[in-house]
Amino acid sequence: MTSTTAILREIAARLLSSGAVEMVIGFRQGTIPMMNEPCFVRKPDEVGHLVWDSHCGINLANYLTDRKEKIGIVAKGCDSRNVVTHILENKIRREQLVVIGVPCRGMADKRKIAMKCPGEILRVSETATAITAEGEGFSRTFEKADVLQHNCSLCIHRNPVIYDELAGDLVEEQQGVDRYADVRAVEEMTPERRWKYFEDLLAPCIRCYACRNACPLCYCPTCFVDESRPQWVGKGQDPIDVRTFHFLRAYHCAGRCTDCGACERACPVGINMRLFTKKLEKDCRELFDWEAGLSLEARPALDQYRPNDPNDFIR
Amino acid sequence: MGIEPGRLHFSWISSAESTKFVTVATQVTEAVRALGPNTRFIQPPLAEVA
Ligand code: SF4
Ligand code: SF4
Repeated sequence: MTSTTAILREIAARLLSSGAVEMVIGFRQGTIPMMNEPCFVRKPDEVGHLVWDSHCGINLANYLTDRKEKIGIVAKGCDSRNVVTHILENKIRREQLVVIGVPCRGMADKRKIAMKCPGEILRVSETATAITAEGEGFSRTFEKADVLQHNCSLCIHRNPVIYDELAGDLVEEQQGVDRYADVRAVEEMTPERRWKYFEDLLAPCIRCYACRNACPLCYCPTCFVDESRPQWVGKGQDPIDVRTFHFLRAYHCAGRCTDCGACERACPVGINMRLFTKKLEKDCRELFDWEAGLSLEARPALDQYRPNDPNDFIR
Repeated sequence: MGIEPGRLHFSWISSAESTKFVTVATQVTEAVRALGPNTRFIQPPLAEVA
């Protein structure tokens, strides 16, 4: 048990027994290794379910939408930024929340680890800097830095941006990270090349919508992909429909996405759809000096008019 | 997105600016015609699919 787990359980027990919150949202061990799942704890004697390790990549802000009760929510850096976004978008009230911040050292990419192992992984354990995966007749240890989720290796907001409780010391933020090398590479392609590149990127998509469902931003009661009158986008595997889904999904996240990586993590076929949301993140940063979810005071880029907003593209 | 840049145009034209509308519409038409027929984001008609 990591010490963060122990602190989390202590905080959760205290909040639940004092009645400060009715429910704590955190993580519990998944049914298979490296797949921790969301966990809703309502009684102090259930806090033993809560865990914290390098497999808590799901974004828990997703479970706050329109809740009415008082909630304690476990939040790493990106989750806390999505909590802020949820508050700004009136999906939850700040007064309802006790944010239990967890300074984060990055989440492990289960695919990277699985790919480097010769068989099915049955157990994982970890130290501060290394992760060990074991299975039938093998045991492999990896430097954690080598098996981080891509978004975590590029993360510059590891500490929660808002919190009422803190489950551990604040960590040093990564400096000098080049967040957009992958986006620049796509920007530099010719339109023909780029069309082909996205065709290949999206070819395996089975339209399961796991990426949408994992995302805290996608809370519309009826998503445009599910509408049938009018039907904005076809429901099959036609490449044009798949592409339309992905571009629209990304645009709906413009100025809101925190690059938490929950979408990419959830994808059963391993598509890096974060490339789209990152392009918009980069644009927001360069054109509007905006980063999502950093403050409860600032209004989002799409929510605010400034006379000097760039508009050279309009004739 | 992989669409040629010249295929997408934005303009803000007041209902009082008829001459601007004509100018912009002409320019857009010429720019798109120069690019030739669109090949992307086109689905075959249903009859061909069946
Ligand atoms: S689009 Fe993906 S990375 Fe962005 S907030 Fe949603 S789940 Fe997180
Ligand atoms: S999770 Fe992956 S397969 Fe499912 S809709 Fe999203 S990109 Fe497609």
